[in-house]
Amino acid sequence: MSYEVNGATVEHDEEGYITDLSAWNKDLAALIAKDENIDMNDEHWEVVNFLRDYYEEYQIAPAVRVLIKAVKKSMGKEKGNNKYLYTLFPYGPAKQACKIAGLPKPTGCV
Amino acid sequence: MNDMADTGEQTIKKFLYVNRKAPYGTIYALESLEVVLIGAAFEQDVSLAFLDDGVFQLMKGQDTADIGVKNFSPTYRALGDFEVTKLFVEKESLEERGLSEDDLMEITYEDEDDDWEEKPSIHLVNRSELAAVMAEQDVILSF
Repeated sequence: MSYEVNGATVEHDEEGYITDLSAWNKDLAALIAKDENIDMNDEHWEVVNFLRDYYEEYQIAPAVRVLIKAVKKSMGKEKGNNKYLYTLFPYGPAKQACKIAGLPKPTGCV
Repeated sequence: MNDMADTGEQTIKKFLYVNRKAPYGTIYALESLEVVLIGAAFEQDVSLAFLDDGVFQLMKGQDTADIGVKNFSPTYRALGDFEVTKLFVEKESLEERGLSEDDLMEITYEDEDDDWEEKPSIHLVNRSELAAVMAEQDVILSF
């Protein structure tokens, strides 16, 4: 199973998470988002970039509860809440945004 | 598992995860950490203990490039985000290995009940203090 982007083939697991994290790029992110019926805007990118920074620092994709708290801490409570993040990523901000960000499935998600 | 936070009444138990092995070479340290992170979703009262070679798990400056495995040590610093804020490290184990608290990573959490003040998560305890911590637990999981 794989994504085709700009002539490159990027493998993914059965749920759509890419297996080689270094293969990620913005075009791939937009393609994954499209599969998830998400049209990426600046607000989506803000969360995706936040997750990538979080992973870079802690080597872990946060579970949704942790993501909401961390977003609240860094971007304020207008964005660090369930409603805002679920509006952007209706099938779960951690799950969907991590997939688009090219990260593993969040630890603590089943 | 995403939305288990508000399940109404819950019994909160005291869980202690005991880490006794070096971080690499066996899977115990990483598995323990993953169980802790997953278990954090259940909002129990979680503590971690590090003794014997387990103290090496918290060492500063870990570099796994030459052994071809992921350096997961930065993840210990995310424990505070998961509301895991009590890491007990046994003094004797450090001393027996020629280590001190300065050799360990700085791990902190922000206390929501105290204006998000940053506080240390690592507590050095001696053997008898650690025994007392163990005695007050409901569940102890050893790795």
